[in-house]
Amino acid sequence: MKETLLDEATLLAEFEAKIDAEIKIEPRDWMPDAYRKHLIRQISQHAHSEVIGMQPEGNWITRAPSLRSKKILLAKIQDEGGHGLYLYSAAETLGVSRDQYIQWLHEGKAKYASVFNYPTLNWADIGAIGWLVDGAAITNQVSLQRTSYGPYSRAMVRICKEESFHQRQGYEIMWKMMEGTKDQQRMAQDAINRWWWPALMMFGPHDSDSAHTGNAMKWKIKRETNDRLREKFINKTVPQAELIGLKVPDANLKVSGTDSFGEPTYDHSDINWEEFWQVVNGNGPCNEQRLEHHVKAHQDGKWVRECAKAFQNNNDSINR
Amino acid sequence: MSTTVNSSNERAQDGADQGPLWEVFIQSKPGLAFKHAGSVHAYDKEMAIENARDVYTRRNEGTNLWLVPSNEIVAVSASENASFFEPASDKIYRHPTFYNLPEGVKQM
Repeated sequence: MKETLLDEATLLAEFEAKIDAEIKIEPRDWMPDAYRKHLIRQISQHAHSEVIGMQPEGNWITRAPSLRSKKILLAKIQDEGGHGLYLYSAAETLGVSRDQYIQWLHEGKAKYASVFNYPTLNWADIGAIGWLVDGAAITNQVSLQRTSYGPYSRAMVRICKEESFHQRQGYEIMWKMMEGTKDQQRMAQDAINRWWWPALMMFGPHDSDSAHTGNAMKWKIKRETNDRLREKFINKTVPQAELIGLKVPDANLKVSGTDSFGEPTYDHSDINWEEFWQVVNGNGPCNEQRLEHHVKAHQDGKWVRECAKAFQNNNDSINR
Repeated sequence: MSTTVNSSNERAQDGADQGPLWEVFIQSKPGLAFKHAGSVHAYDKEMAIENARDVYTRRNEGTNLWLVPSNEIVAVSASENASFFEPASDKIYRHPTFYNLPEGVKQM
């Protein structure tokens, strides 16, 4: 067996040469343990986020204001489930089973995006989620299309193709409400007031406080830092808010200059990091509810999986 | 280690609770090659193809699908990749650009 002839240092040098040359790492290639562990954590967290993210939106399917908006919301939520499955499929190539990933989620050993621990109080929140939360997710995911791990990169390409509809449907909801009655405008403003900061928190801690940024950047798992992505999102989104008459809830927000395309860049307040860590550590408004719901849905489906398994075994024995 | 190994050795896919793993290949248009898209869990062929449709072709991405049990796929062992394909590397006369042509030949 050839592998045993190569020592760890040689393998690591070959691995890093590939990373430097922008050659994707594939499941069967040698990779450092820390690289594999980082991917297991990051891709599964990403997958769980897609699936848990179905809950706050699912809350409004039966109360969507029109058949059009209901059909669209159903399609969007189905996409989120699909995105979760693409990502679990990529995560499984790292040698961990899907059952194991779900078990880690249920045991609280794996996390998902904290933003889904906030409640959706009214229809405007569906607009704010599509526009801001999906908008933030897209900013991150566009960058991750160039991640160094092949299966993760391919899943991101697929997801990004589908996500832009999500952001547009959210922005359209906000725009329509801002064109509507005073009450609707108030609802839309209230929604951005509550979702703006959680959306900015989605990019994670400052680079200087991020436990995972170092190796992740070196090995090109992440291509841009948390702070850089957050700036990109702010620069893109503030003009969209202003265009439809929404006020971004940040007293210190002001134009600081222009980027290389002549588009404005902004100064802004810092995030309330205490709230950020509270929610990350399980004390957000809906942490318990989200996880309990996932555990219950999984347990409620147990008999279906058992039946399918019995059917499979029975079928195998007939075919043998 | 033999030159080829069964890919299931390196993938978690006992499918204890979700059914075995299947690899999904999509043909985007008639006449084109089938391209790998990802994987699904399913307990039989019918469920595999329906799951693949729902997960990978929600926007008319395909006109046909292949589903292959992951543990039936045979692949080259990563560590022997280079030596396995080595015989092709010194036969440049297999490429049309290897040959000289007299001036005046317009197209060949």
